Amino acid sequence: MIKFFLMVNKQGQTRLSKYYEHVDVNKRTLLETEVIKSCLSRSNEQCSFIEFKDFKLIYRQYAALFIVVGVNDTENEMAIYEFIHNFVEVLDEYFSRVSELDVSFFNTVFHSTQAHSSTYEIGSCSVTQAGVQRCNHGSLHPGSVGLKL
Amino acid sequence: TPVIQALWRPRREDYLRPGADTTAIMPAVSKGDGMRGLAVFISDIRNCKSKEAEIKRINKELANIRSKFKGDKALDGYSKKKYVCKLLFIFLLGHDIDFGHMEAVNLLSSNKYTEKQIGYLFISVLVNSNSELIRLINNAIKNDLASRNPTFMCLALHCIANVGSREMGEAFAADIPRILVAGDSMDSVKQSAALCLLRLYKASPDLVPMGEWTARVVHLLNDQHMGVVTAAVSLITCLCKKNPDDFKTCISLAVSRLSRIVSSASTDLQDYTYYFVPAPWLSVKLLRLLQCYPPPEDAAVKGRLVECLETVLNKAQEPPKSKKVQHSNAKNAILFETISLIIHYDSEPNLLVRACNQLGQFLQHRETNLRYLALESMCTLASSEFSHEAVKTHIDTVINALKTERDVSVRQRAADLLYAMCDRSNAKQIVSEMLRYLETADYAIREEIVLKVAILAEKYAVDYSWYVDTILNLIRIAGDYVSEEVWYRVLQIVTNRDDVQGYAAKTVFEALQAPACHENMVKVGGYILGEFGNLIAGDPRSSPPVQFSLLHSKFHLCSVATRALLLSTYIKFINLFPETKATIQGVLRAGSQLRNADVELQQRAVEYLTLSSVASTDVLATVLEEMPPFPERESSILAKLKRKKGPGAASALDDGRRDPSSNDINGGVEPTPSTVSTPSPSADLLGLRAAPPPAAPPASAGAGNLLVDVFDGPAAQPSLGPTPEEAFLRFVCKNNGVLFENQLLQIGVKSEFRQNLGRMYLFYGNKTSVQFQNFSPTVVHPGDLQTHILSAPPALRSQVDGGAQVQQVLNIECLRDFLTPPLLSVRFRYGGAPQALTLKLPVTINKFFQPTEMAAQDFFQRWKQLSLPQQEAQKIFKANHPMDAEVTKAKLLGFGSALLDNVDPNPENFVGAGIIQTKALQVGCLLRLEPNAQAQMYRLTLRTSKESVSRHLCELLAQQF
Repeated sequence: MIKFFLMVNKQGQTRLSKYYEHVDVNKRTLLETEVIKSCLSRSNEQCSFIEFKDFKLIYRQYAALFIVVGVNDTENEMAIYEFIHNFVEVLDEYFSRVSELDVSFFNTVFHSTQAHSSTYEIGSCSVTQAGVQRCNHGSLHPGSVGLKL
Repeated sequence: TPVIQALWRPRREDYLRPGADTTAIMPAVSKGDGMRGLAVFISDIRNCKSKEAEIKRINKELANIRSKFKGDKALDGYSKKKYVCKLLFIFLLGHDIDFGHMEAVNLLSSNKYTEKQIGYLFISVLVNSNSELIRLINNAIKNDLASRNPTFMCLALHCIANVGSREMGEAFAADIPRILVAGDSMDSVKQSAALCLLRLYKASPDLVPMGEWTARVVHLLNDQHMGVVTAAVSLITCLCKKNPDDFKTCISLAVSRLSRIVSSASTDLQDYTYYFVPAPWLSVKLLRLLQCYPPPEDAAVKGRLVECLETVLNKAQEPPKSKKVQHSNAKNAILFETISLIIHYDSEPNLLVRACNQLGQFLQHRETNLRYLALESMCTLASSEFSHEAVKTHIDTVINALKTERDVSVRQRAADLLYAMCDRSNAKQIVSEMLRYLETADYAIREEIVLKVAILAEKYAVDYSWYVDTILNLIRIAGDYVSEEVWYRVLQIVTNRDDVQGYAAKTVFEALQAPACHENMVKVGGYILGEFGNLIAGDPRSSPPVQFSLLHSKFHLCSVATRALLLSTYIKFINLFPETKATIQGVLRAGSQLRNADVELQQRAVEYLTLSSVASTDVLATVLEEMPPFPERESSILAKLKRKKGPGAASALDDGRRDPSSNDINGGVEPTPSTVSTPSPSADLLGLRAAPPPAAPPASAGAGNLLVDVFDGPAAQPSLGPTPEEAFLRFVCKNNGVLFENQLLQIGVKSEFRQNLGRMYLFYGNKTSVQFQNFSPTVVHPGDLQTHILSAPPALRSQVDGGAQVQQVLNIECLRDFLTPPLLSVRFRYGGAPQALTLKLPVTINKFFQPTEMAAQDFFQRWKQLSLPQQEAQKIFKANHPMDAEVTKAKLLGFGSALLDNVDPNPENFVGAGIIQTKALQVGCLLRLEPNAQAQMYRLTLRTSKESVSRHLCELLAQQF
């Protein structure tokens, strides 16, 4: 089960956070700081899974942006790991060129038009497709920035 | 709270790095339906050179939007959408938005998709559930749900899920199942409805009504549309955990769906094929759903499933259809979930061994992630009787991983796996490898490795000299990480086994020769030589004086606790070796001992010195006799390791095989105690199947208290509602209510107090349908509070039936003023697992208040009489609750004092007086509470004739506002 989904940059700024379990708003900032700290401290040689308190973090890094998913014990790490990539591919396709700066705004759009509960719940490919379809409906396209993911 | 917390405040340097390609930064003005004004605005913001410029631009825009919204001209949908969108963007930049909500709500009723969408977006992000707009919003959602327009229905469903509040749930939870199973719902609507329901169910399960729709929801697994199936699996997996029987039919449906996916060609599923892997995430979800149930009973279904699992294992061996890493990742995700299911069933030896071989290949894979996951999965395989041997064949690879892996988390998994695969045949090898690893291990995991080595050494010790060597090595290599449990345990074992005592004495004696040895070594050495030093005294190299001077050479470097232990060793030496008596008496008599600043050391020195001079040899021999054997019990080290890892991880450490029924579904309540601070007879409180309860008589609280298992922290069962501490505080000003509640038990309290006497009724309600056994609530009173349990016949009956309530009466007499409340310790067995909790009984000193009315003049006179600084206690603190005069009054009256009107010149202030009645003495109390509404602060002043009472009352009362 996914507990939360974070996008944090190397400076430790949260670009997007979405929680699927109740976490006090004032505890979130602290949690996010700790999460990014543990991700940043890792090298490329290390695996993408971190045991963190009583749950697990699965993360991937795209340029300066970390995508971190917090899951419980029974979750399939590899499925989530690849799901992150799929998510990024979908974003890329949906918005043609995505940058970290756009992420928060677009994701808000994305999340609310798409699989609110968890994109993972939807299963990825349907997201891809639905995303593209929705795109054709003509939603927000205020601008996009280089910095290919 | 908004579901999406966008907290980003962009820094200009993020996108204005020197040399950045500015053409890329300029937003392309979008085509088609795009909002030009918005694009320009965003571009302006991006081009701001400073934070000030950005704020200025934003303020200008906000003023513009405000004037448009306030203007006389009615805005068309497009403009409204554009401005709402700008507001949203400004909000996401980190600025507060306090208008525009109404316009967003208006957009909801638009017939244009993009307008409606922006309206919903704004609401999902910015409107909180207690807004007064919620009625309007709910109305719009209701209309959209009824609209039969699938796109609008989806938007509404997404909004419900995104907000996900209880209010939303209450308004719509009943409608959504209907939409979900309606025959005419579009696929996308069904999909959204399933996920929306899942979200509401997770937030407030009680709101989602079960009914005839549950049967129909299972059939969604057969749906044509893969998106619907995926959403349905997620929903069913969550729902079936609570009512497995209701959803049992999902097993065969899931198996046939899985079988169709697994056997499909890599391109059959079109959109649902991810890099040539058909529907990987759906497969994983189906496999997960199956793990909620035992193996299928129907032979045909089971056969089909086994076929699927074999296919997945076969495919892992086939050459990859793509070289892309995405392909292999997706494939491996399915493979790992398949192996999980095989382990969960634990009934197919053939599959288990194949799984093990597959993981074995991954152990040497170049991808760190795969090595990590393989080690982790193998750890659970090691506990199956069918695959244990197969796992063991990989021992060399795993040991190599422990030595060479660069990633500490992978090394840790390797250590876990070595621990799990250890048995009598390979214990010596594994223990020695782990010891070697310990020398260079990361600090973070040293303690755990130490515990594991200690356990393995004990569990698989064929000869105990090896065990003693191992533990002493542990202390030598990682003394700082050797916890009390570990060295207590070695003492216990040496004490209990006479065949190893001589060897132990010899070994510690040798170890102590080292110029610098760890303090834990001194402790173990001191204890063992004190008990068994005589066994090596025959050798002139370790004669009594040599032993003594060796120990004493360490004495001055040690902590107080170790020195205390050594003093006991010395007095034991006097008994063992009368020839050392004079020397040791000399040491004890030295000023540094007899007048030691530490009371414990001083007392020991004085007592031991006197004992050695006064007592006869016979008396000495009796008093200082060798310690009796310790009662056999589960190793407290094992208990400690379980605590460290938490109940979730314990299965891998468990001796026995996994018990599928208790692991995933319906495990019921985790049988863990909440707070226990007394020695427990059976350390197996975590309810694991590690060891059968020890047959030996339970250690009484006095015996064996060397090994106190303190269960606390992470294993605590969550109590519902307020924490025990909060509940206790609530009782300061009231006498009746619920003191404690968790999933099993509710404890209610009714009490009355008069003068220094009180009577308290405790009601214990069993909330489960299962009988509690050995139910025993006892009251412990650490201080001066005497508590008699006069009559408790119902509670004496040690069973409490499911759903039943029993009552216990306590009569209380306050003898003197006191600070700590008595404790209520409740122990019982639920479903075979021991439960224990300790609570503070809500008996506080203010319960014995007798209110005293007095005139203003008397009050001031007494106030002046109590003017010594120690008689007064004062606290200034912030209000934690709304400052309501009536509530405050009620609380003060509940606290027990009389409230005196017309005493304080300021009518806002409260003044009270009373006498605390105890048997020994009466304590007069005056109090004054000054609220400051503006600052939201209080000042509380207490004056009583007793310093401790003033302070205590002040503290108790200050926590109430």
